[in-house]
Amino acid sequence: MASRPLSAFWAILRRDLLLAFRHRGELANPLLFFLMIVSLYPLGISPEPDLLRAIAPGAVWIAALLSALFSMENLFRGDFQDGTLEQIALSPQPLPLLLAAKILAHWLVSGLPMILMAPVLALLLSMPAAATWALVYTLALGTPLLSLIGAVGTALTVGLKRGGVLLTLLVMPLYIPILIFATNAVSAAAAGLPISGQLYFLAALLVLALTLSPLAIAAAVRISLG
Amino acid sequence: MEYPKLSKNKGLFSAENLECIRNDRVLFSRLDFSLDPGEILHVEGENGSGKTSLLRILCGLSPPASGEIYWQGESVRKNRGRFLEKLAYIGHQAGIKGDLTPLENLALVLKLHPADSEPDLSEVLTHVGLQGHEDVPARTLSAGQRQRIALARLLLQKAVLWILDEPFTSLDVQGRAWLQDLLDRHLKKGGMIILTAHHLLESSLPVRKLCLNDY
Repeated sequence: MASRPLSAFWAILRRDLLLAFRHRGELANPLLFFLMIVSLYPLGISPEPDLLRAIAPGAVWIAALLSALFSMENLFRGDFQDGTLEQIALSPQPLPLLLAAKILAHWLVSGLPMILMAPVLALLLSMPAAATWALVYTLALGTPLLSLIGAVGTALTVGLKRGGVLLTLLVMPLYIPILIFATNAVSAAAAGLPISGQLYFLAALLVLALTLSPLAIAAAVRISLG
Repeated sequence: MEYPKLSKNKGLFSAENLECIRNDRVLFSRLDFSLDPGEILHVEGENGSGKTSLLRILCGLSPPASGEIYWQGESVRKNRGRFLEKLAYIGHQAGIKGDLTPLENLALVLKLHPADSEPDLSEVLTHVGLQGHEDVPARTLSAGQRQRIALARLLLQKAVLWILDEPFTSLDVQGRAWLQDLLDRHLKKGGMIILTAHHLLESSLPVRKLCLNDY
């Protein structure tokens, strides 16, 4: 009996990864967006290494934030339109757990590739090695946070015709503390300062989001279905 | 200690004093009914009279403006999990993923609604008349075939209460006869059905009717 909620969790995770794999084109879109924004900075501002090094933390993180927001919009839309979200909500399994599986799948195909691409982008912006590691750490803690917080907004707006604008307004203010701590950490690392304080803060936020946001997402999905 | 209040004329599944308001318009109010094992309730009413809204309220998908729904005499709001184990709902949207094959779609149903015995999925697909279509994406199938995948859920979920919104839609003549037979067999086994349908049910069993225009 105890393994049943977990087997439903894995089933949803597997299904969403399978669906993502069958829509590889759509998947590449936010990642390409991420790559484009960052690689346009040297072209648009200046290829001067010192200047690039100064703006690099902000440039990469702003791109990560925007592409996360961009990829969030379709998290629940497909399931909402074809009635699968109703069926998930009517399962006797705990809804927060099932939706957490959807978010994990979403992070695996949108957040994880961003972390893997980060060192390449750091090289492009001539970041020092210490800052590159800081960038990878902050993205590893920050992108799941972006997915979890964004999912609350997405779940609330999925039933609306033009939810996109509202989603941005709802979620952006909540993204800003992550942006501040993450870019601060990367800048500090580039200056040779310790960054454990910022990382702990991001980790604390992540733990908080992991425990609370699935409940909020489930409640928001119920509201959107009602 | 307080026992759940069971009024003497309350059935296994019942609703009391339901009211539904959509866009500031009262669709129905003071709606009561109760349903016992082996009974079928045919919800009738004009377009826009709130048939779908009623079914969604009964499933717990949308909250009623007022009123309460009981399963085994206990409020559904408080015992959601136990109610959902016994419920199968097929709505307007079939709940089928177009990019997954029928087999993959049904495999997920089985995980979301675990049954004691794992039925053979390809056998179920044969039963609903989809043999030979197991491995194609569901979006390439016709509307009637997709409806059959949705109906296959009824065979998998082992639910007692079936709530079906226009289950006969897009089915062909054989499909309708097959579904009618499936409904009759479910009732004979002591199941319960609430459905909407645009045509008269040709059931061999008595059909109770609920006309929403009266509420």
